[in-house]
Amino acid sequence: MQTNGLVGQGLWFRYSPRHPWTVRDISLSVGQGEVVGLMAPSGYGKTTLAKLLAGYLSPHRGSVLVEGNPLPRRGYCPVQLIFQNPELTVNPRWRIERILREGQAPTQLDRLGVHPGWLRRYPHELSGGELQRVAIARVLNPATRYLIADEITAMLDANTQAQIWQTVLAYVQQHQLGLLVIGHDAALLKRLCVGGASPKENRILDLTQPTTALVPQF
Amino acid sequence: MLSIRQLGVSFTQYDQGLNQRQLTVITDLDLEVQAGEVVAVVGASGSGKSLLAHAVLGILPDNAQVTGSLRFKGQPLTPARCAQLRGQDIALIPQSVGYLDPLMKVGPQVRRVAQLGGLSKAAAQTAVGRTFNRYDLLPSTQGRYPFQISGGMARRVLVATAVVSQADLVIADEPTPGLHPEIATETLTHLRELADEGRGVMVITHDIEAALQIADRVAVFYAGTTVEIAAAADFPERLRHPYTQALWRSLPQNDFIPVPGHQPSPDQLPTGCLFSDRCPWFTPDCAAERPALRSVRGGLVRCIHAD
Repeated sequence: MQTNGLVGQGLWFRYSPRHPWTVRDISLSVGQGEVVGLMAPSGYGKTTLAKLLAGYLSPHRGSVLVEGNPLPRRGYCPVQLIFQNPELTVNPRWRIERILREGQAPTQLDRLGVHPGWLRRYPHELSGGELQRVAIARVLNPATRYLIADEITAMLDANTQAQIWQTVLAYVQQHQLGLLVIGHDAALLKRLCVGGASPKENRILDLTQPTTALVPQF
Repeated sequence: MLSIRQLGVSFTQYDQGLNQRQLTVITDLDLEVQAGEVVAVVGASGSGKSLLAHAVLGILPDNAQVTGSLRFKGQPLTPARCAQLRGQDIALIPQSVGYLDPLMKVGPQVRRVAQLGGLSKAAAQTAVGRTFNRYDLLPSTQGRYPFQISGGMARRVLVATAVVSQADLVIADEPTPGLHPEIATETLTHLRELADEGRGVMVITHDIEAALQIADRVAVFYAGTTVEIAAAADFPERLRHPYTQALWRSLPQNDFIPVPGHQPSPDQLPTGCLFSDRCPWFTPDCAAERPALRSVRGGLVRCIHAD
């Protein structure tokens, strides 16, 4: 197994000893400047795997390494996870400007179309698509080295989806971030991961076949 | 079967202190659903698609005001009539799985819907068993509570709920996200079958390509209004409205190129065409007044330049 990149090795996880394994022996890696897709139907542990890789959960067995080191236990995590529902990932009592400054100072407000007029508003005063831009702007800063996008545009219309991905892919390419895209829309993953932002080899993994999880599907 | 003319929905909000303001979220919305037909409703996120469904069912919150005309089978939909029809003649497949009763096992939940639709208890149980089987839900699923099943399974349960009802009009609000592609196709196929049995079906979705496989007509919403109503066969070459064309181009399987800019927010709607600030065809005439919905090449479009 390589030591550079974001590497999940032999990951096992379950929510309680009485439950079946949600993540069973999954290994995967995302290199710098690489866009990797992850596809599986609902209930296959996609989001759980994302939380393991971003340090929200700790695996029962296996390890998550970034450039050969474990994830930092405190401070800003170089692996950042963007969720499907932005309204659940922001403090509803904070104004947008405070939400944006939660981690590092954001650098991409203009390019993501985060309007200065939004900064004084509260999260419920923005639409889902607008709030998702805020959630993305919050993590696009120099301290972020790997991005995990868990169905971040599933509930958005095609035009907003294309707008958001255009900006994220440009940033990922410019700053050579590693990007793991989780989704079930084959056309979108194909567009993002094959001949997409990165000139390096891009892959789409299918979680329904754990043993072949590292084999490209397209 | 369902006829919507000039629908408007606005909410009364508290601004600061006791100052109230009106927020108009749907303006001049027109839509028609005939028996035996599937109408897909697509469009921008936050353009009022789900609100339309809630208006038809009469389940908008108390601070909402509805204007315009909503008619079902020729009769106006009054709040009292809505309450009587929903669940019986009009069924909703809701967008969020949070609409299931968390304290009731899913089997009895679906069976209750079938019984409300007029089936005997035994017939309802048979219908539930058959429908669960059809959607690849194990018989043991019937004995589970909503929190014990995955998101995809919960969605299939919601679809089953509408399928076992005897409703003449089925409104499906985003029935397919999170579903395995084969089950998504199966779900849409079943909605088509419901229409072929003579019911009217309205499918609200982002997945334009999937919708085109089953829909007769497609209504495109933008900023709370209908900008175009096209036949499914009009996609992609014969589309009339610039927003519909932009939406089609921005699909990942097509060009994946978005138009810049954002849908105007409800408190800052322009006086003219709602799409004017992003439109490649913009002329000063567009800013003068809201274009009316007019007939062009057999479809309806709200644009003065479409031909």
